[in-house]
Amino acid sequence: MTLAEMLALLDGVAAEELTGWVARGWVRADEGTAGFEFLEIDLARARLVRDLRRRLDVPEPAMGLVLSLLDQVYALRAQLRAVLDQAPPRG
Amino acid sequence: MADDPYQLLGVPRTASEAELRTAYRKLAKQFHPDLNPGKPDAAERFKRINAAWDLLSDKDKRARFDRGEIDAEGNARAPEQPFYRDYAETQGGRRYQAEGMSPEELEAVLAQAFGRAARGRDRRGEDMHYTLTISFLDAVNGVTRRITLPDGRSLDVRIPPGTEDGHVLRLRGQGGPGAGKGAAGDARIEVAVAPHRFFRREGHDIVITLPVTLKEAVLGASVEVPTIGGPVRLTIPPGSGRGTRLRLRGRGVGGHGHQFVDLDVVIPPGTEPALAAFLRDWTPEQAADPRAGMLAEAEG
Repeated sequence: MTLAEMLALLDGVAAEELTGWVARGWVRADEGTAGFEFLEIDLARARLVRDLRRRLDVPEPAMGLVLSLLDQVYALRAQLRAVLDQAPPRG
Repeated sequence: MADDPYQLLGVPRTASEAELRTAYRKLAKQFHPDLNPGKPDAAERFKRINAAWDLLSDKDKRARFDRGEIDAEGNARAPEQPFYRDYAETQGGRRYQAEGMSPEELEAVLAQAFGRAARGRDRRGEDMHYTLTISFLDAVNGVTRRITLPDGRSLDVRIPPGTEDGHVLRLRGQGGPGAGKGAAGDARIEVAVAPHRFFRREGHDIVITLPVTLKEAVLGASVEVPTIGGPVRLTIPPGSGRGTRLRLRGRGVGGHGHQFVDLDVVIPPGTEPALAAFLRDWTPEQAADPRAGMLAEAEG
């Protein structure tokens, strides 16, 4: 989806704000022929960033740290799940 | 969303804007689904907290709610929006995932936490159980027997001298194969010892009951007796009787014990007129009554 489509789904987020998040790496976007292209997960990610900033008042300098910790937690959860799926049931 | 928004946020109806904000922020942090990937109901709770906050943080809406002009559902919210966590652990989640642990690190952590066996990769093979019946003399003297296992392998089993009935021999590594780096299991062979017609075993000793004639018992004799190591000559002293126990030193199991010989005096079968005539006229020099005191004791 395009930047405009994203903004339509992100209540109250300005274009500069979203592109700023992309520039900082908080939200990812692929470079298409007509500008940014976003995936479903990027929309959910942008909503998370918005919630952290607006609703939880996470200050801008701490955002990188918070997102990095979250990403590590999700990576570990995914790894553990993969291991557990692979291991035969105990018995 | 019929719940009272004040109750949802845990504040009194008189709460100031600052109090509302503090309460909301605390709950939002506690229940934000992306901060609670393992709690499915956090999303629902978070939505209701947000709805309550959206209502009460708007002065105009709060006033209308307080006046009863709108209810908590009057502000029915936007359609369902998926949260980030719904994607984070899917394939697509790799887009944001930080580098987790290296496979080696993960392996080490899991191995330490649960032990190698818990991962199911390396497992020791199963122990196999067999029963082997051998003769009394083979058990006493030791023997090597070849057995064929169910999987077609044959195995030479050495049964050491002096093996007792019910003894279990363990052949390390001859059981079921292990998984991964796990060792093979053991073959466990229970030895059943068949009873012998004459020999009995009492620990390291061998016991045999030996029939002797009346003449041999009274006059004494030298007779051949079977032992576990072959026939041996035994001297029966004169005046032996039923229940006399004689000892063949060192003829027990493995050279440790002895062989004991219990005599059983056999009265000659059929009629023996000469013997009968002799006994009728015979007066024993020591007239002992073998039943002395028996009747009295039986009643006491």
